[in-house]
Amino acid sequence: MKRALDIAIPVLLALALLALWEAMVRLREIPPYVLPAPSAIAAALCANGSSLAAAMASTLLITVKGFLGALFAAVLLAILFSQSRLAEKALYPYAVILQVTPVVAIAPLILIWVGFERIDIALALIAGIIAFFPILASAVQGLKSADFNLLDLARLYGATKLQTLWRIQLPAALPGLLTGMKTGAVIALIGEVTAEFAAGSGTASGLAWRIAEAGNRLEIATLFAAVALLCATGVLLFALLSLLEWALLRRWHESAIAHQL
Amino acid sequence: MLAVTSLSKRFPNGVAALAELSFVLNAGDFVSLLGPSGCGKSTALRLVAGLLAPDSGGVRWETGKPDIGFVFQEPTLMPWADALANARLPLDLKRVPRATSDTAARAALARVGLTGFENAMPRELSGGMKMRVSIARALAAKPKLLLLDEPFAALDEITRSQLNDDLLRLWREDDLTVLFVTHSVAESCYLSERVLVMTPRPGRIKADIALPKQSNRAPGFRLSPQFLDCQRLVADALSSPAREALAGEVAVASLAMRRPEGAIKP
Repeated sequence: MKRALDIAIPVLLALALLALWEAMVRLREIPPYVLPAPSAIAAALCANGSSLAAAMASTLLITVKGFLGALFAAVLLAILFSQSRLAEKALYPYAVILQVTPVVAIAPLILIWVGFERIDIALALIAGIIAFFPILASAVQGLKSADFNLLDLARLYGATKLQTLWRIQLPAALPGLLTGMKTGAVIALIGEVTAEFAAGSGTASGLAWRIAEAGNRLEIATLFAAVALLCATGVLLFALLSLLEWALLRRWHESAIAHQL
Repeated sequence: MLAVTSLSKRFPNGVAALAELSFVLNAGDFVSLLGPSGCGKSTALRLVAGLLAPDSGGVRWETGKPDIGFVFQEPTLMPWADALANARLPLDLKRVPRATSDTAARAALARVGLTGFENAMPRELSGGMKMRVSIARALAAKPKLLLLDEPFAALDEITRSQLNDDLLRLWREDDLTVLFVTHSVAESCYLSERVLVMTPRPGRIKADIALPKQSNRAPGFRLSPQFLDCQRLVADALSSPAREALAGEVAVASLAMRRPEGAIKP
């Protein structure tokens, strides 16, 4: 009963707001190129269904590629840092610089370097760069958070560095890393969209390009439909990673266990 | 089994933890290392285990460094692994095949009374049960020497006294040599046959006290006058002005020396 309410309340609120929006647009006779009614957006979504779905698939795929690349690189670098203080001291500042440089500023450069004929790779690279730092930061923090006594115990039993990493440091890093991954995946999507805008029309084929195109043609209902799908993409990524987090942590970590009062 | 000679350790922040610590541990001994908080007991234990390197002095092993089991003050379990996997850790690290290690870990858990809890996660266990898993882990690799660092300090009285008796049983069954760090006079007297009393930091041994052998103790030892005598002897040594200690001597004491008329054999 309580669970049903948890779902019903936000859904009812959304329906109420949509109804209010619809009513406002109709009663005030707001022109559709300023604010289309929800019904018009739904119609646009249906009319351009297949092309918007293809655009969504493109955006999602490139984001996931960028995110997975960032995950791989960040975890590898975090492991290197955990093994060598020197490497951490030498390289960490550059990771920070990479993060504080606005990705929009370097996107054109990356697009030129990688080439417009390989636009997907360039977009994934930009998405990856922006997702990289939160994953790296959480992985570094996580690898450092292993219990010192457990590390001593590993030493006492003559564990190799690889054994210690695999059996103690990586599992200890998992909760923090998953939080970093959730942040990383969502901002990878932001990076991908930014990069599509930077690439301009005609090259990219994702949702951001459809938004730019619809804006230029004053097809505001289509624009809204594309934005809605972009939201759905972000929510989907977040939900998938939350599911992964729950699956990995549900047996042991406080964050994934329902607290019983 | 081992001789600790003139062990000194100063931490990077300049604090001298140990100064010229020396003692001998014979095979089969159950020895307590007793001292005030912060006197370097844990440091001494870590030095013996080889987890810390001394500034000077060293640990000499009679017949090579044996397999060592270590129990920390906290259970120090892997929260992501169940009781069985936690108990199996030393064997896993030594790359013992899973079939053998599983059997050994199950047996170790059974010996600390945790049959049926093999698949329980640490968060599902009570403080005392977690400590039992920790002890099972230390025993799983069949060590000759067991080092315990105030393992029961955070537990309630009832659990502590049960675990005390269990530890004595395990010590007898396995012919273990035990070095037990504690700041409890009563616990040191109940468990050990010899108590090494340390000075405040920088820690040295100021008294080496022989207590009655476990085999000579009556079943109701915890409530006997003999237990009180032991505690008085150790407490006196702990609170005595460190006159001898300053001179670098170790006071040697035993119940028999104090009460030669007593019927108790040390």
